[in-house]
Amino acid sequence: MKSLRPVALYAGLTLAALTFVYPFLWMTSATFKPPLEVGSLSLIPHHPTLDNYRTMWARAPFGRALLNSTLVATTITLAVLVFGSMTAYAMARLRFRGSPILNAATMAILLVPGQLTLIPLYTLIVQLGWVDTYAALIVPYLFNATAILMLRQFFLQIPQSLIDSARMDGMSEFRILFTIFWPLSKPVLSIVAIFTFMGSWNEVLWPLLVVREQHLMTLPQLLTVFALGGGAGSIGVSLASAMVLVVPVVVAYVFLQRNFIESMAGSGIKG
Amino acid sequence: MRAEQKSGSLMSAPYGVFLLVFAVYPIAFALVLVFLQWDLVTAPTFAGADNVRLLLHDGRFWRAVANTFVFLSIHVPLQIVSALALALALNRQLAGRSFWRAAFFLPVVISGAVVAILWSNLYATDVGLINRVLMKLGAAPVPWLTDPATAMPAIAVMVTWKNVGFYVIIYLAGLQYIPRSCQEAIEVEGATAWQRFRYLTLPSLLPQHILVITLSTINGFQLFIEPYVMTGGGPLRRTYSVVLYLYNNAFSYQKMGYAATIGVALALIIGAVVFVQRRLIGRAEAL
Repeated sequence: MKSLRPVALYAGLTLAALTFVYPFLWMTSATFKPPLEVGSLSLIPHHPTLDNYRTMWARAPFGRALLNSTLVATTITLAVLVFGSMTAYAMARLRFRGSPILNAATMAILLVPGQLTLIPLYTLIVQLGWVDTYAALIVPYLFNATAILMLRQFFLQIPQSLIDSARMDGMSEFRILFTIFWPLSKPVLSIVAIFTFMGSWNEVLWPLLVVREQHLMTLPQLLTVFALGGGAGSIGVSLASAMVLVVPVVVAYVFLQRNFIESMAGSGIKG
Repeated sequence: MRAEQKSGSLMSAPYGVFLLVFAVYPIAFALVLVFLQWDLVTAPTFAGADNVRLLLHDGRFWRAVANTFVFLSIHVPLQIVSALALALALNRQLAGRSFWRAAFFLPVVISGAVVAILWSNLYATDVGLINRVLMKLGAAPVPWLTDPATAMPAIAVMVTWKNVGFYVIIYLAGLQYIPRSCQEAIEVEGATAWQRFRYLTLPSLLPQHILVITLSTINGFQLFIEPYVMTGGGPLRRTYSVVLYLYNNAFSYQKMGYAATIGVALALIIGAVVFVQRRLIGRAEAL
């Protein structure tokens, strides 16, 4: 029994792993196939071509969308790290009026489903005149309650003696946070950075509401509009446009998979 | 002390402002919008309980809610079984465990929009990969996304596939907490593998079951990009989701008051369903 079992286990695991990986391999190979070949199950194109990529790049501003997505996701991630740390540090280590209210409010808004605030947020953006601006894509995400609670939890464990001696040396609270707390908090900072970046990179509903101008669209939005609007025209072209979104993520995932799994599983984000 | 008070206020003031503008105000305004009619072009008008009345009799809304329950009735059990099975497999002495884990987790990091576009092609009736395999095996092709009976189940299977890696991690974490001593004790008692699973592993994972049920349920109510990309809500509105209906009311029909009403109703429904699930799980546990 003991000798047969592992064989069955590994066979089962291989089959399961193939189910998860094969569709992406097929997708990658399909983008290099001419239209007549796309339907085949084979992973190796018989007549490899770059036409799908040329067509996709020529028909919609994917280069610009890549820039937009990178700009938006990077700005949001930096803001969540810097502003989130400031807030979390104040909540964890400083006594000030309003601290308990902030704490309670942060817990409370995590319980409110996003659909409840989606429309009021959208009307707010319209009234601010922010439709078709980067501000609409970035500003509502500058703070993140999950990130603040995670950082706060971590900051609570750092010894008070470090703060006390830094204060004796006349350091400001900002300097204590960024020169003493940050270097000690790399694990939690990387967790927050990954789930914030991924959440922003993959977000599609919000951009679909607040951006209509093609040149301001983020990648998942342009991809969706392109595939639905019939702009792609063929499977190969629409899958090639999806690759622009997937390749950076998969490259990062291959190198940082432990951090990715820890981060995204820990935060409850499922893309 | 005064310095601490001052730095504290200074460091948290931006967040305080943000909360007021982007959390407190939208929540309050959602409740105001329920009583308004507003197309964003002309001034909003007071509509009394019109939106609520309309919602209660809106067949399309309730169709979307019913669709969600169809989705959940397939997605939640399938998600538990598949995630638990993979987690149990990964919890053994394995060569290359991190490789397997990474493979299962891969779809989690990929954008839902990409997964929807990819699976539209896998599910396509004539040229889709799945039907090609079926035909090779001698079976008839299935019109997965164009048959009203199979469209929602097909989407539910796809979403389960996309998220399973996430829930595998949750179960793996839970499995670490089952004490060695319990496992050894039950083996000494001569329990079969099935008995060990049924009377030790399964009940010990209760917190994880609750987490998986709650998160996959909430996730199911937020279904949007999949029907938006793959079916547009069809065929016969069988894959229309609540969020898709909300989005169309706001974006296509410019009905802000009604869209906000759908949002509030959805939040209440999610709260109620999660509450009932917790009660049922609590009762099942007591038995």
